[in-house]
Amino acid sequence: MKQKMFFAGSGGQGTLAIGQMIAKAAMDEGKEVTWLPSYGPEMRGGTANCTVVVSDKPIACPLINEADLLVVMNLPSLLKFESLVAPGGLLIINSSLVPEKAKRDDIRVRYVPANDDAMALGNDKAANMVMLGAIIRETGIVEPDTVREEIRHMFSGRKEKFLPMNLSAFDLYLNK
Amino acid sequence: MSKVLMKGNEAFAEAAIRAGCKCYFGYPITPQNEIPEYMSHELPKAGGAFLQAESELAAVNMAFGAAASGGRVFISTSSPGLALMQEGLGFICSAECPVVVLNVSRGGPGVGGIQPGQADYIQVTRGGYNGDAKIPVLAPAGIQECVDLIYEAFDIADKYRNPVLIFADGMMGQMMEPVELPPARGITPPEKINETKPWAITGTAQHPGRNVVYSLRLEPDVLEKHVEHLFEKYDAAAKELVRYKSMNLDEAEIVFVAFGTMSRLCAEAIELLDAQGIKAGLIRPISLWPYPDAAFDEIGPKCKVVISTELNMGQMLTDVKAAVAGRWPVGLINRTGGIVPSSLEIVERAKKLLEGVK
Repeated sequence: MKQKMFFAGSGGQGTLAIGQMIAKAAMDEGKEVTWLPSYGPEMRGGTANCTVVVSDKPIACPLINEADLLVVMNLPSLLKFESLVAPGGLLIINSSLVPEKAKRDDIRVRYVPANDDAMALGNDKAANMVMLGAIIRETGIVEPDTVREEIRHMFSGRKEKFLPMNLSAFDLYLNK
Repeated sequence: MSKVLMKGNEAFAEAAIRAGCKCYFGYPITPQNEIPEYMSHELPKAGGAFLQAESELAAVNMAFGAAASGGRVFISTSSPGLALMQEGLGFICSAECPVVVLNVSRGGPGVGGIQPGQADYIQVTRGGYNGDAKIPVLAPAGIQECVDLIYEAFDIADKYRNPVLIFADGMMGQMMEPVELPPARGITPPEKINETKPWAITGTAQHPGRNVVYSLRLEPDVLEKHVEHLFEKYDAAAKELVRYKSMNLDEAEIVFVAFGTMSRLCAEAIELLDAQGIKAGLIRPISLWPYPDAAFDEIGPKCKVVISTELNMGQMLTDVKAAVAGRWPVGLINRTGGIVPSSLEIVERAKKLLEGVK
């Protein structure tokens, strides 16, 4: 089993964090993982994306030629990366910020209004956690409980007040 | 021990701390900025000293001074920063001080760009310093290997009383992989330094008489003897530090030669070629100086072409051709400027090179 994933959005949306949470959870479940971010003179509002590979075997190359899963958090990411999805692969679109539909008909597409869902829960910033839950439901790439553990770890100490909100955002699609 | 998911740069800094690094001097440069950042808050906790220098020139000369007093010293930078450090590295070789240097390289020449590159191959293997000196260069292919090499590099530097350079790249610095961190060795206390480094300047309370660490030798016969002494060390290092990994050399028609990030792309290209019925193999030099010539003797009878695969304009070709010694045609697959080719591009170009020699 080797899963190649690509997460794209704009700086500040927590897109890189989605990839990191999946990589960390997969590692904790005994998988080999790589997490490779784009880097450059980037800033809040600029582009941000990362490549995650999860495998049962050692991973030769952290770069990918095609993605089994593409997650786009904003419109520029859809326009730029839709072609990266492998035929039969999965594309998950943050439909709150992406008004367009996918053009490809040889892939599976899911629309998740992550920002609207997060706003309904009380905080737009948890859109990435809504998306993370939707990704886990659609792919089963890692166990929800492993991710919940990561979320508890991420929102500990002085960030603990954000924990209940982020956990419920994560659970939104897993409970649907 | 359990694994942690760490960003390369932070893991590299932690490896140096655990190796017993006493002093880190740095000046910010992308893509290694997480190293000075991490060192600034973690090294003091471990009992070491972090200092942000005013430039790379200052950093390397601070490292010279700190190493002369016997502490374990770590400096890190990226390509143009390393160019600025070259003079100091020559002085450190001449004065025989152990320093571990990490280059998280990027594209050049000049300020260039900040994406990954390997265009420092000649800079690190031949040096930009003056005079007869050599610096062992170790090139990891991933975060775990880089951590292990940094940890060990402190021992190598101490043993040879010479700088040791770790050659990583921006991709390795920025990515995350699971890593098992080595145990913390602790910092050697000042009063114990002369037990293993009798030459170190720790004060006359610690050693009988004066200890002098210097580079200036005005008498030619004295200087010649000193250089000959350095080369006795380099000759020993050339035998003891050769490292490489190889795969599929017995069966390979195409043999890639690649280090660092490029070796990982080649490993994937080998799988893709295999699916098309073409056998390919890989020589991955880990020590770039000394260069692992011996690896090329393992190439099997089916080899048609040896392809140096690099993120530069072919800087390693000289070493590959010397090691090949006319036995096989030598080709080049390369990208530069911070562009990392896809494994598909490597496959297509390798097939063309194979066609060309058939």
